[in-house]
Parts: sequence; structure tokens; C-alpha cells
Amino acid sequence: MFPLGIEPYLIGGLLIGVGVSLIYIATGLHATQSSFFTTTLSWFSKRKHFQKESNIQERKWRLFLAIGLIIGALIHTLTLSPTGFWITSVQIWRLALGGLLVGFGTRLSQGCTSGHGISGLASLSTTSLCAVIVFMGIAIVTANIVQILGVSP
Amino acid sequence: MNKQNIVVLIGGIFFGFGLAYSGMAKQEIVLSFLQLKDLGLIFVMGGAAFVTFFAVNVVPRYLKAPLLGGKFKPRRAPLSRNVIIGAVIFGVGWGISGQCPGSAVASLGTGNLPILVGLVTMFIGAYIRGLLDS
Repeated sequence: MFPLGIEPYLIGGLLIGVGVSLIYIATGLHATQSSFFTTTLSWFSKRKHFQKESNIQERKWRLFLAIGLIIGALIHTLTLSPTGFWITSVQIWRLALGGLLVGFGTRLSQGCTSGHGISGLASLSTTSLCAVIVFMGIAIVTANIVQILGVSP
Repeated sequence: MNKQNIVVLIGGIFFGFGLAYSGMAKQEIVLSFLQLKDLGLIFVMGGAAFVTFFAVNVVPRYLKAPLLGGKFKPRRAPLSRNVIIGAVIFGVGWGISGQCPGSAVASLGTGNLPILVGLVTMFIGAYIRGLLDS
């Protein structure tokens, strides 16, 4: 069940929690990720969906959050990472198709692994609990179907 | 850069470091979790939600408002059909690719350039969502 042990997972999760908590305690903002796509698109699209006042208000700090994620992962890669720089071997068509569904689905659901999975669960939101159960269950079924179909990596 | 953005950047660095440390920035590790070969990833979301639980539910008892101003407000939203349909579609995409929004962005910092393809299509997916919202 835990071929790599639970230590890297647990410590990584706690660090993520520290980052999200720091932001919440200092600013009251929920450091969730999928809104980043919508708020960033507000710079490029005049459509009402993207030009909502909340999107305009949030687009700057959400960009800083995304930059922070990249810098944090870069620091890990340059210091503690056992593998250093690394490139996925998952096929490009899987990244492309998966990304399209992830982008559309998380925006329709108004949350992702961080929005529903971290901030929502931490807020004891039953809506987020339902979303997490659904996306996790469906992802497990999908990943197994893909594997049974012989798609690898 | 105002104080708020500095704090968000620093918090984001912890977030990204944690994502990389946990292996979640590697699509292969996420897929091995979803294929139920390595269940460790449950501790990533669990550990992060556990710490954040105290920030959202306990800290506001001792602190009237966020340190830089603003308001403490738990993240709750009404359940709707879109929340569930969206979660189904997200689940399919996650299961196909092992990418979710945060881990895909962080993955750029590990030098994983092919993830740019996934990030571009995530923007396209979010854009299509906007087109369908009338």
C-alpha cells in the first residue's frame, strides 16, 4: 500500500497546509488554484464571465500564488530532490486531453484538489466533501480503465 | 508589490515546495495513487487539510481579523448540479493525465516542460467554460 513510505507524503502535505494557512491567517484569502485560470483569462477576454469584479480583484494575487508554486518546487528541485530536474514520461496526448477536462471541470465545479480538497474540507463544507468524493472516485476508475486499455506511460 | 502579494508569494513557495516534496508534481506518482498502487497521496491532501482546519476554525477564535486586514470567511458554497458534473469531468481528466491545477503549475518548477501542454489546455478548458456561461 505504501511502497515509498508515508513520510514524504505527510511532510509534503503539512508544508502545503502551512503555506495555505499562512496566507489565510495573514490575508483571509483561500489559496486555491483552479480560479487562477479564470482570473488570468480576464486580462485577455472581454466576456462577462471573465470580467466579473471578483476576477479583476483576484487576478494579481493569484498570479503571485502561481509564481510562488513554481519557485517553491524549483527550490525543492535544486536542494532536497533525489532526482533533480525531471521530465514526465506520460504521453503528451494524455496531458493535453486531461488538461482540457481538468480546466473545464474544475471551473464548472468551482474547485479542484486545493479548492475543494484542502480549503473546502478544512472549512467543513459538505459541498466540497461531495465534490472530493466524486472527483476522486471518478479519477480512480478512469486511471484504472486507462491502465487496463494498456496505455502506458 | 504590496504586503498581501508578498505573503501570498511566500505561502505559495511553501505550497509549491510541499507539492514537489510530496511527489504530487510528478504525474507518474499521482497515477500510481489513482491506480491504487501507492496510497500515500491521501496523506498529502489529508495533511494539508488538517493544518488548514486549524487556520480556518481555531485561529479566528483568538484573532478578530486577518493580520493584514480583510475578513475571515470559511470556504463554503451551495451544492449544485454544476459542482457535481464539474467534479466528474475533472475526475476523468485527472485520471487520464495525473495532473491537477496546483500540481501542474508547481511541476513547471521541477523542469517538467511537457506540462506546459497540459497547462495550455487547462486554460482552454477554463475558457470554454466561460463561453458556455451565458
